[in-house]
Amino acid sequence: MTINTLQIATIWLDGCSGCHMSLLDMDEHLEKIAHLFDMVYSPLVDSTSLPASVDLILIEGAVSSEKDLEHLMNARKSAACLVALGDCAVTGNVPSMRNSFSLSDVLATSYQKDVSANPQIPTGFVPALLEHVTPLHAHVQVDHFLPGCPPPASAIFALLSHLLQGKQPDVSKLSRFGS
Amino acid sequence: MTDHRLQNSVRQRHSLHPEDIVTLVIDGQQLTADPNDTLLTIAQAHNIHIPTLCFLEGISAYGGCRVCLVEVEGYGKLVPACLTHPAEGIIVRTQSPRVIEYRKKIVELLLSERNHICSVCVTNGHCELQQLASTLGITHIRYPGLFPSLAIDASNTRFIHDPNRCVLCSRCVRVCAEIEGAHTWDIIHRGIKSRVSADLNQPWKEAVTCTGCGKCVQACPTGALSEQGKAVGEMLKKRYTESTT
Ligand code: SF4
Ligand code: SF4
Ligand code: SF4
Ligand code: FES
Repeated sequence: MTINTLQIATIWLDGCSGCHMSLLDMDEHLEKIAHLFDMVYSPLVDSTSLPASVDLILIEGAVSSEKDLEHLMNARKSAACLVALGDCAVTGNVPSMRNSFSLSDVLATSYQKDVSANPQIPTGFVPALLEHVTPLHAHVQVDHFLPGCPPPASAIFALLSHLLQGKQPDVSKLSRFGS
Repeated sequence: MTDHRLQNSVRQRHSLHPEDIVTLVIDGQQLTADPNDTLLTIAQAHNIHIPTLCFLEGISAYGGCRVCLVEVEGYGKLVPACLTHPAEGIIVRTQSPRVIEYRKKIVELLLSERNHICSVCVTNGHCELQQLASTLGITHIRYPGLFPSLAIDASNTRFIHDPNRCVLCSRCVRVCAEIEGAHTWDIIHRGIKSRVSADLNQPWKEAVTCTGCGKCVQACPTGALSEQGKAVGEMLKKRYTESTT
């Protein structure tokens, strides 16, 4: 590990993991930048806790549950630079489609409607859902936004390599809402 | 409103002598133009790109979306290029920081007003609103989404009206009234509650004035009007000219 190696983490909130897949889709390009960072916490690596201070955190997914919000707040405290990765993190995207309905209606439709055997709404073991799904910047300051569902690997590569070299990325031409 | 604006422009045309010509400056270019033309058409003729959304060549200009706002030196307000005629000697800026900032705000407000989930939309990849956001460099929306609850009208056997994707540009209203001559669509309610509706708020299949020509579907810049049976990204609009790219 050289002195300049940046510590990177990635976090998966309410998303489908597609943005993480797109990150891996960088394929051999990952190798070009691999020496510039250490992946210290991520669904893709083994470590189980987020260090108190990390240089860069990429977050996939919207804020849908109390747990998501807690993860996001911790991430913001820890991250020198925080990136909203993909449409769910940037706009709420597909998870936010439930915002047109009340949470109680959503839960009733999912767990009780047309269920004949002991219909019930879970009260423990799974994180409680928030009334509305929100993008990251509804709660914390986001330093960079990378839209796309998912953002193309080339856009993630451009963003990462800029940030790793201490440059300001402009990815607005490399990805867009929807992708 | 459209009629009133049309009459105004007709009145203006009649009060001018045909030999009238004005000089103006757009983005530093010295130009001469017919005062009956609009700043938009003059700019287009000189390859100066001004983004538009509610404007569609072949139907009347409406001035509803304000995406084409430009700055004219000495005018307090920004003016819509698609409706503004040139006065002698004006200096127009189409790309000033102020203009760009307003355009971004307008497009962000449009995106926050309804439910625009591009990743699951029939026009994903072919949508003028999505394209506008991209070319304006919009990477996120600064306004909280309103997430209205709006019913989709899929009653017509050939077409679907999804108000979740509508930007109230009224292109459907104008193409149906002015080209097809049916005037099936109009805008009901006021302000934030405004909606496009068929035949005094009937389900589309019960709109007796509709000839089923599909012009509205092709004129619509977004996924709000589409053909039945199209999946995500499959709805390409058939048009000879594109007004935004
Ligand atoms: S209409 Fe356009 S902007 Fe809206 S969701 Fe569909 S693709 Fe996105
Ligand atoms: S399909 Fe019907 S509503 Fe649409 S333009 Fe034609 S006549 Fe009008
Ligand atoms: S349905 Fe389409 S064409 Fe009609 S107002 Fe809405 S966005 Fe415009
Ligand atoms: S106001 Fe000019 S294009 Fe919409």
